[in-house]
Formats: sequence, C-alpha cells, structure tokens
Amino acid sequence: MNEVVTSLTAAARQLEAPDSAVLKLAPEDCLEFEAGARLGGLSIAYQTYGELNAAKSNAILVCHALTGDQHVANVHPVTGKPGWWQILVGPGKPVDTDRFFVICANVLGGCMGSTGPASINPETGEPWGLDFPLVTIRDMVSAQARLVDHLGIDTLFAVIGGSMGGMQVLQWAASYPERVFAAVPIATAARHSSQNIAFHEVGRQAVMADPEWCGGRYLTKGCRPTKGLAVARMAAHITYLSDPALHRKFGRNLQDREQFTFGFDADFQIESYLRHQGMSFVDRFDANSYLYLTRAMDYFDLAAEADGKLANVFMGTKSRFCVVSFTSDWLFPTEENRKIVHALNASGARVSFVEVESDKGHDAFLLNEPVMFDAISGFLDGAWRVRSGA
Amino acid sequence: MTDLVHASPRHPTPEFPDRIDLQLVAEMIEPGARVLDIGCGDGQLLLLLETTRGVDGRGIELSQAGVNECVAKGLAVVQGDADHDLVDYPANAFDYVVLSQTLQATYDPRGVLEHLLRIGRRAVVSFPNFAYWRLRWQILFRGRMPVSSHLPCTWYETPNIHFCTIRDFVALVDEIGATVVRSVTLDGSGNRLPANLPLPLRNTLGEQAVFLLERGQKGKG
Repeated sequence: MNEVVTSLTAAARQLEAPDSAVLKLAPEDCLEFEAGARLGGLSIAYQTYGELNAAKSNAILVCHALTGDQHVANVHPVTGKPGWWQILVGPGKPVDTDRFFVICANVLGGCMGSTGPASINPETGEPWGLDFPLVTIRDMVSAQARLVDHLGIDTLFAVIGGSMGGMQVLQWAASYPERVFAAVPIATAARHSSQNIAFHEVGRQAVMADPEWCGGRYLTKGCRPTKGLAVARMAAHITYLSDPALHRKFGRNLQDREQFTFGFDADFQIESYLRHQGMSFVDRFDANSYLYLTRAMDYFDLAAEADGKLANVFMGTKSRFCVVSFTSDWLFPTEENRKIVHALNASGARVSFVEVESDKGHDAFLLNEPVMFDAISGFLDGAWRVRSGA
Repeated sequence: MTDLVHASPRHPTPEFPDRIDLQLVAEMIEPGARVLDIGCGDGQLLLLLETTRGVDGRGIELSQAGVNECVAKGLAVVQGDADHDLVDYPANAFDYVVLSQTLQATYDPRGVLEHLLRIGRRAVVSFPNFAYWRLRWQILFRGRMPVSSHLPCTWYETPNIHFCTIRDFVALVDEIGATVVRSVTLDGSGNRLPANLPLPLRNTLGEQAVFLLERGQKGKG
C-alpha cells in the first residue's frame, strides 16, 4: 500500500515539478492547436542524452508512443524501471549517445510534465480536465519544434519513433521536411485504421463509464477512475501482443493454483498478468491524458492534408527514410507500413524498408529485436556518413 | 514461393558466382541518372553506380539479410520482390530500371518486363541464355536438365522457373513493343562476343546476355 501511495505521489509530482528539464513557453508565445484553440505558457518536459556537437548537427529526436514518456534511457522516476527504449538508446547502442545528442519530450496532452488535461488551467486555478483543447499529432510536433528551436537546433539529424511515435515522425517529415535529415517511422501508419479507432473507443468508454471519472473532473473532486483506466489498459495491452506470444508466455497455465476455482477469480496466468498491467498503469498515467492521446491517434490521417494522396505529402522531400514493421504486428500491420513506403517511393523519396520477422506483436519495437537494431544502426551510420560528409 | 527471386544471383549463393554483368550493366547507365535496381542483393551494383557514376539509386530486395546489408551501406532499399511490388511504383519514376539475372526467376516475366518499361524510361535486363551450346549439349546427349557452374541447381530446386534463350527474349521484347538499344553477349569465359555476330550464333555461343531496352515508340531508337 505504501508503495502505491509513493508512486502516486511521484506521478502527481511529475505534473507540476517533473524529474526532467522543462521548457516553459512565454505566456504570449501561443501554440495554435489544430482544434482551433490558442494556448500560451505551455510546458514541455524533456530528457536529453549525449552531447550536442558544435555544428549542432547530431541531434536525434525520439518520439514516444501512447503510454510512453520522455524517459527513454534513464530509470523512470515513477516506476523505478529502466527507460522504455534503453535497449536501443544509450552509449554504444544503435542510437549511440556517444555520437548523437538524443532528445525526447513528453507529448503535449501527456501527464509527465508537458501541458495536458491534468495540468492547472491558469484561468481557473484548477486542472483543465476536458476543458483542455483536443490535441492532434500535428500539435504535438509543433510543440516539439518549439523545443528544438529552444535548443538552437536547425536540422535534426534524425527523428525516430514507433507507433504513435512513428506518427509523429511522419508528421515531422511532412511539416518540417527541411528540418529532418533522416526519419525512422517504426510499426506505425499514416492514418489510424477503423479497427484501431474501435479499440481506442472501447478504452475510452471504459474510462468514462467509471463513476469515479466524474465527467472528467476527478482531479478536482479528489477521486480517480482507476478501474476504468485499468480495463482500458488491459484491453489495449492485448492488442500490443500476439496470439503466439501470449501462448508462449502464458499458455493456459493457472496462476498459483492446481485447479479451477469455478469462479471469476484470476485463475489463468494471463488474467493475472493483465490485471497487473492494468493496475500498475493507473499508478503512472492520467485517465484524461489517455482519452486525449488516443483521440490524437484516431484523428491522425496524414494524407488528408493533401487531398488523400499520401505521396503528395512527401513530394520533393530531401529527407531519407527507414520504415520498419513486424510480421506479427496486427495493430500496425506491415500493410500499413508498406503504404507509407509506397507513398514515399511515389514521391521519389530515399526510402528503405525492413519487415522484421517476430512473433512478439506490436510491442516488438520496444523489445530485443536484433534485426531492427541492425537496420536502425546501419541506416543511421549510412545517413551520418552523408550528413557529416565522411 | 515468393522467395524465388530471393535466390537472385547477388546473394551469397552458388548461383552465378561471376558477376561480370555488373560492370556491363553499370556501363549502360548514364551518370547522374535515377536508377531502380530490382533484386539488388547486398547492394553491390547500387554501390558501384552511386560511387562511380553518381546515380540516385533505389533498390528492391526480398531477403531481410540483403536489405539490412544495403541499408547499412547507406543505400535506399525496400523489402519486396519483382512479381508483387512493381505495380506500386508510379510510371516514369526512374530513368533506368535494372533487373539482373532475375527475370527467369519471376512468375510473370512478361508482366515484369512491361512494368520495368513503365516505371523507367529504359530497362537493363541481364539473364542466362538457355540456348548456350553447353546446355544444349547436356539435353541432347545426356537427356538431363542442364547443370553447370553458372546454373548449379538441379531442376527440382532451382529458383529459375522461366528460363529463356536470347532469341526468346528478343521475341518477347518485340511482342511488348519495346526497342533494343544495345545488347552484349558473354561467352562461357565471360568475354564479350563481337557485337556484329549474327543472332543465331550469339544465341549458341553466349552464356549470358545484357540488354538495354527502351519503350518502343515507332520510328525511335
């Protein structure tokens, strides 16, 4: 119980005083939200690793996924676990912090120090809740661009991310082609599919059906929709895995018992695992943030900016791309990633594409996948040789 | 079954160990051109073209290992194969499309050839000549499907499902209305046969051939 209280306090602390650097935009420095709102004084919490070189040419922006955050390669201040991409980012790793200056910012709408629905609305002195304007992937990228400006970086050497992070990578390449030397969208899509919107809707309804959600005003009322958010996380977590991966890990094994209880206790290991995933998630994530970020992904349709022609979005781009997908990913299947590749080809962009054989589902992009590591490090090495004129 | 092209010659397989055709292909490509290399293997040709002729190159390769090797060399290569993925490329996207020693391993060589000349202004195609006299000899006197150092696979394991002769190829080029701009035939030692040699002789003495094709507009080329 004490542990829970500690992590809750740590999670709450991230909102106002995160364990990260924070760029605080001036009140008059407004960000135009796609939804129409204009907000000044936004906070962008971020982590950096490695050193920015004198030419400021070695910066890599990592974009995090739906429930990720800026803690890519350091111990997480709330969970105490290693960074979510520590396997990929670090000294001597494929994204080598001995050579590159790596930046990762908590997305706009998040709950780890960047402004989001759990932040205080300066006009009311209370948490924004649902009064916070709807955030889109483009808004997240606009906010990141402010951070990149602030760091004095003109062109990013690379922008890398998986899933929702991959959407941001694509948006970066579309919105700021001249600022992106290389782009690595992983296990992602140029638009969110109907099936994925459906899964998100299930998750949001679970949150909103929780009486503790209180119409989104739970922070003001001193309650938390933990049950709803946990169910949302459980449902979502299934979509990140694959049937073979689940079967390999859990099979039909029973949890700490020899036989069925003939009740609705977590008899199976998979049930126990999912419940644990759900409960530990609510300790570190804000329910409204979850609504906002899932919505941002739903609204994402890059081709809509160009009359449905994705190729036109990238026409004339000088950026080089490396698209990566995984065979068992049914959330962002290879087909969706190939559409990106086809569009890039059609636009004449320099694009590479690797489909990694893996049975670990969508989550594979976060795991030990040597083929992905080789592709990314090879791509970055090749791009760096061109960038640095070596 | 899609890994037929996978066994394309630039893989470290015993098939087609000598790659003199790479040099020949490179010679047929104008410096600075936009080039798509289909079945680019580990990227030897693309690298050769990018470093010596300053081309803007792209590749398609089926094997993951091949793609990764290419990507690590800084080449822009996409995982895919000639039979399935050419349809997704827009017309006129490239100046040259290269298909080295792969045509005979595709399901639909005619369709592939047509795609090459839709996507590219010109196509460079190299292939083994099944009418090479040593192969004829093996069928005629041994009554067995030919196996040679150049084509080391037996009939039941070869990825080459659509062998053709130089004359067959020329006939197909004519049928799809394309034009031969240049062609080079190599003998069993990899030496060029004289360009003025009559077709029947090249078809007998040539072990492999490289063709530079162009879209056939009547009265052009």
